[in-house]
Amino acid sequence: MERLRRTMMFLPGSNPGMVKDAYIYEADSLMFDLEDAVALSEKDSARFLVYNALKSIDYGTKELVVRINGLDSPHGHEDIEAMVRGGIHVIRLPKTETRQDILDVEAVIEDVEKRCGREVGSTKMMAAIESPLGVINAYDIACSSKRLIGIALGAEDYVTNLKTVRSADGIELLGARTQIVIAARAAGIYALDTVYSDVENEEGFKREVTLIKQLGFDGKSVINPRQIKPVHDIYAPTENEIKKAIAVKRAAKEAFERGLGVISLDGKMIDKPIVDRAERVLQLAEAVGLYKEAKADEK
Amino acid sequence: MNMITTAMVGTLESSDIQVTIEPKNEKGIEIVLKSSVEKQFGTQIRKVIKETLEALNVENAVVMAVDKGALDCTIKARVQCAAYRAAGIKDHYNWEV
Repeated sequence: MERLRRTMMFLPGSNPGMVKDAYIYEADSLMFDLEDAVALSEKDSARFLVYNALKSIDYGTKELVVRINGLDSPHGHEDIEAMVRGGIHVIRLPKTETRQDILDVEAVIEDVEKRCGREVGSTKMMAAIESPLGVINAYDIACSSKRLIGIALGAEDYVTNLKTVRSADGIELLGARTQIVIAARAAGIYALDTVYSDVENEEGFKREVTLIKQLGFDGKSVINPRQIKPVHDIYAPTENEIKKAIAVKRAAKEAFERGLGVISLDGKMIDKPIVDRAERVLQLAEAVGLYKEAKADEK
Repeated sequence: MNMITTAMVGTLESSDIQVTIEPKNEKGIEIVLKSSVEKQFGTQIRKVIKETLEALNVENAVVMAVDKGALDCTIKARVQCAAYRAAGIKDHYNWEV
């Protein structure tokens, strides 16, 4: 089963309370931030804090991601050293503009893996694309490494570079979002959307989540626990979608068992993309606790 | 590891511990702890501080700690960082201690 990445919750790596309590949040992934959320004077203390948390706190089945400082800063190498040794699942590289940015970080990760006895390739990566150049190179970046699990849009720097500002409907991000989703899909990795900073504006947040779901994104970065449930609710399939998915899955199973190459349902031909979509719907249904009902329906 | 300057790490926020390490001329580690849960956890907090410093080969230091309900891993992180800062070391840390 594919891992769900509907929500990736940002946690300042310098805040012991949030690092300690993170396991209680329902986000699919937790992202410890060593970059922008941490003051320059506390880069070292945040790194020690996240490292020791990784070594001793059980975060269950959640995916653990860390946003490191870039290799062009004095902190990037030491961040990678500590996080790989701590057993982080995914290293998120900020401000990725070229394939080479990924390869450079990968080389450092591999070196640490070899020195500390971790399996080479076990530390995954994701890239945040935050500039027009990064958007232009999105596919090249997405294909750059087998470690890469996804690419994410970082909107604040991007809109500044575009010489515009973020608007309520996000029209200024449409080109980047579309390019990132297409690049991720072409490379077979995940596409993740940027944060929505106005935590108080719940309606605006829901509109944005609905939009990015429709565009094809797998999920969204969130900055407050209150933003987690609305994303999961919007990504949850409807009752009708679940019923259809069950029917498609059943038809596919029957066709397979009878050795039929063509799957049909209610007189219509079903092809592989439809079966794949049905699988995805059922996976999302399971994640929000609807799959048991779905199974009951199936009987 | 020799403590050559005074260094402070951590805050007075809930779940944190503020650790200040000072050089000490005489041998030994002296710990001055203030904690709202000192009666219940004082022994354990002192133990974590002491063991963390011993693992870093810190032999002489005065540690002042103000605990606000920090987990052991937070105490360890704050002490490690304070010790490195007090030793004037800014990179190539020994992570496997």
